[in-house]
Amino acid sequence: MTTEWYIVLSSLLFAIGATGILIRRSPVVILLCLELMLNAGNLALVAFSRMVGNQEGQIFALIVMVIAACEVVVGLGLIVAIFRRRLPLNVDDLRELRG
Amino acid sequence: MSATAWAWLVLLFPLLGSIVIGLGYRTIPARAAGIVGTAAIALSFACGIAALVNLLGEHPEARHHAASLWDYASAAGLDIKLGIFVDPLSIFMVLVVTGVSTLIHLYSFGYMQSDEGYHRFFSYLNFFVFSMLLLVLAGNFVLLTVGWAFVGFASYALISFWYRRATATAAGMKAFVINVVGDIGLVLAAFLIFREIGSFDYGTVFAKAPDVFATNGWTVTAICLLLLLGAFAKSAQLPLHTWLPDAMEGPTPVSALIHAATMVTAGVYLIARTHTLFVLAPTAADIAAFTGLATLLVAGTIALVMTDLKRAIAYSTMSQIGYMVVGVSIGAYSAGMFHLMTHAFFKALLFMAAGSIIAAMANEQSIDKMSGFGKAMRFTSAMLLIGGLALAAFPGTSGFFSKDEILAYATARGGMYEIFTVLGYVGALLTAIYTFRLVFRILPGVPCKEAQELIDTGHVAHEEPRNPATGEIEDTDVGFPGAEHHIAEQSWSMKVAMGVLGFLALVGGLVQIPGVDDVIGKFLEPVFANSPLSEIQPSVSADWVGLGIGGAISVLGIAIAYFFYVAQPATPAILIQRLRPLYTLLVNKWYFDEAIDFLVVRPALAIGRFANRTFERVVVGGLVTGTEDIVGTAGRVVRTVQSGFVRGYALLLIGGFAGLALYFLLSAS
Repeated sequence: MTTEWYIVLSSLLFAIGATGILIRRSPVVILLCLELMLNAGNLALVAFSRMVGNQEGQIFALIVMVIAACEVVVGLGLIVAIFRRRLPLNVDDLRELRG
Repeated sequence: MSATAWAWLVLLFPLLGSIVIGLGYRTIPARAAGIVGTAAIALSFACGIAALVNLLGEHPEARHHAASLWDYASAAGLDIKLGIFVDPLSIFMVLVVTGVSTLIHLYSFGYMQSDEGYHRFFSYLNFFVFSMLLLVLAGNFVLLTVGWAFVGFASYALISFWYRRATATAAGMKAFVINVVGDIGLVLAAFLIFREIGSFDYGTVFAKAPDVFATNGWTVTAICLLLLLGAFAKSAQLPLHTWLPDAMEGPTPVSALIHAATMVTAGVYLIARTHTLFVLAPTAADIAAFTGLATLLVAGTIALVMTDLKRAIAYSTMSQIGYMVVGVSIGAYSAGMFHLMTHAFFKALLFMAAGSIIAAMANEQSIDKMSGFGKAMRFTSAMLLIGGLALAAFPGTSGFFSKDEILAYATARGGMYEIFTVLGYVGALLTAIYTFRLVFRILPGVPCKEAQELIDTGHVAHEEPRNPATGEIEDTDVGFPGAEHHIAEQSWSMKVAMGVLGFLALVGGLVQIPGVDDVIGKFLEPVFANSPLSEIQPSVSADWVGLGIGGAISVLGIAIAYFFYVAQPATPAILIQRLRPLYTLLVNKWYFDEAIDFLVVRPALAIGRFANRTFERVVVGGLVTGTEDIVGTAGRVVRTVQSGFVRGYALLLIGGFAGLALYFLLSAS
């Protein structure tokens, strides 16, 4: 299989993630979509790594996974905090920071 | 130790005293502050004596030393050292300044006893002495300017010492502003000197000046005129004199120290110090001499009609400094410096006596209300009389020898300078009359209420403290003259200080009797040896003729004052009636304040108002409000983006990235 197919798949996954972020209101789903986007990036990195023939892309992919894990920790923490305060789990209702 | 090492110590003690008292005012008891302050100046005086002894041990030609602690600035041809210059002239000034200051500190120790600001007073006073010593010991024009400006500040701080008196703060500001006008002159003169000679150092400047400057060239004349601007502002010469009478708002010891004995003589010192330049610019020297002459006559006439005791003495100070300026400008250098010394003695004494009397009058300063103090305060009266005799140049007193020496020199120089002799004697007559006008109105006669109280009960009159200028009742809690007044009769420290000065005022002239001894002339001779003018010396017989005329004029003046104020006390009123316009002119001090107000202050204010209306409102205001409007509008526009919808932000982000990616893709293909 050529690299293009991997990139096409990666782009599709990225677009699905981005669309999810833009149209869904539940913070949990938004977080999931974010993960999807990150992993789309990972797929592209690994694919390019294979194409070029060295391991740097794979190392980057590992780093991105670590970052994704950290981000999930913060994101889930926020969601739990929102839930505990009995606030609506709807990002459109949480808009105190508007200008 | 060398002379310069002693000179550094001279500078160190007052500075230390000022800092110790200033920082330790919470912990040091009041009396101790006074003792520390006085001791600091006394030590400084002792070091001055040591430096003098050191200098006298050397050959007269070798009596000049420069020393520096470190380089202050050293770059691009500029080499300014924190350096001092020790020679007979600077040591002479050091001794006069520290000697008189010690006595005035001692006097203040008693006089200011009940003042709330006792620590502050001594800290300022020590700082003033330090600044003055820095001024006279400075080894280059930069350090001179520093000392000059410090002195101006110290004067401001001490005039406004009773800072809750509106008149005192106004007087302080006036003194400061006028002094800054002088400072500008001094600074510009220093710049010009640097441009022409390339150095600020006294030694280099005075050595190179005759080669660099053509006699009466415009540069050297400009330098000298700028120096004179500084000297006139500091020494209260016409037309920059108006601050000095107002400076009498300060406590009396301040008037004695700063505005009689030391600071106001800084201008005289400056002219004497830079005499090398003035020799090269005879026109400027003549301008200085004529200004001094005008000042001595104008101030003398104003002193004739002043009813405020301290202001009358202040005008007398101006007048006497006029003599000194004439002296050092026409070439009678050592005579001018000698008069500076004797004047410091008797004028400080007069102010001290005046302070004692004003205290006995419960802060009343008008001589119209004073009489009969001869019986009430014997010691003070004796001192006032001695000071008055010396000021009026009564034969045998110190002022007798010093004043006439200047006039004798003017005669010896001849030509146009004879004018100075003639008008100088007219001034001497005025001096004798106005001095004894004060003496005869205060001492003899029926004791006034306060004097009677002192005779009857031995207590100083007690009244609600009032501002002598406006009559407002004052609050004695903060920064005002204390509730208690102190007179010399009841305070040993005031008595000692006045006694010593009284002695000096009587016999201080004996060091310089023509034909007998010439202590000061010989001591200062090496400093002025390079001036061709110092070769002119009046003969001893001419000196004695001058002294004879001076003595006769002095006695005549005293007799006139006796006739007007004791024998025929009604005549002054009749004279005032006859010469109403003249009297009005004099009482209004020749309208100098009004003229300055009209010529300088009002135009300046008008320019300010004009600038406020046009430039400030239109240009500055337009710029400021314009900027504010732009920022505000931009803010309002951008704020709408900040909707608070997370999805909105995400869309912007993604859209932005997509746009960027598209742009790069398109531009790459």
